[in-house]
Amino acid sequence: MNAEDPAFRPLFATYAALIVLLALTAAATALPTGWWSTPIGLAVAVAKASLIFVVFMRLRSQSPLVRTFALVGFFFLAIMIALTLADYVTRLVPV
Amino acid sequence: MNTATPPSLPAAYGDERQRDVANHLGMWTFIATEVLFFGGLFLAYVVYRVAYPAAFAAGSHTLNFWRGTLNTAVLLTSSLTMAMGDAYIKRGRRTALRNCVAATASLGVLFLAIKASEYQEMYAKHLVPGLPFDPAASPPLQLFVFLYFAMTGLHAVHMLIGLGLMAWLLRLNQRGRLTAAHHAPVEMFGLYWHFVDCVWVFLYPLLYLIPQR
Repeated sequence: MNAEDPAFRPLFATYAALIVLLALTAAATALPTGWWSTPIGLAVAVAKASLIFVVFMRLRSQSPLVRTFALVGFFFLAIMIALTLADYVTRLVPV
Repeated sequence: MNTATPPSLPAAYGDERQRDVANHLGMWTFIATEVLFFGGLFLAYVVYRVAYPAAFAAGSHTLNFWRGTLNTAVLLTSSLTMAMGDAYIKRGRRTALRNCVAATASLGVLFLAIKASEYQEMYAKHLVPGLPFDPAASPPLQLFVFLYFAMTGLHAVHMLIGLGLMAWLLRLNQRGRLTAAHHAPVEMFGLYWHFVDCVWVFLYPLLYLIPQR
């Protein structure tokens, strides 16, 4: 077996996509995106993490049960951040 | 132990497929607890960034953009070498696995070395919690610095644990205990390493890429 083994192709393709996404994030900092730069940076981070989860961490070939377990932590984290912000953004005055 | 004999299936499992699902389920459960472990720090970050956007932008600019970008590339590459090692051992390629794990560990050390140089620079700038702060650093800026050290520090601890686990994997492999039939330790460690990589993927834009207003 060598690097041309079909099992390696998705790994190399994923890595190439990750590096392209990193280059995009880095390049976007040179643009005057202003307020949008954080949503853009986070969207690219979600895209990168999704690629890692699906290909490197093999969620692609896992059962719905395992996929649910993989996402449930993020679900509760989202609730924690959303409910906390619901309080803070309505009371705090940014300085 | 006879190295040629694959470990027998424990009575709890009906077949290898069930054991594989149990391994993944257990590891993902652990990762869910890790998501919430790091999540507390991310929550603190979000709350204080909403409260002090200007100080967080100023704090982000005390960090070197290129160092953060390079470290992201280093970790992404280490995830590739780890995924390759997993694919190799599933084909019984033990030497290739050793090379991949060694490459992954080397990239992990490189990441920590770059991080150490950044900590050193923060020290030189008098921006280290617990030591006297630069008088020009406002309390909100100090909050950013606290979060920077807490988040990257917790991440670095996970990297160190990962390096220890890779030393264990290399030893198992040297003893012939990892085979195409018994590759679970490599695959489960890979999940851990990729997750630690994912944490950094989020730290990178949040710490290094805050635009100046």
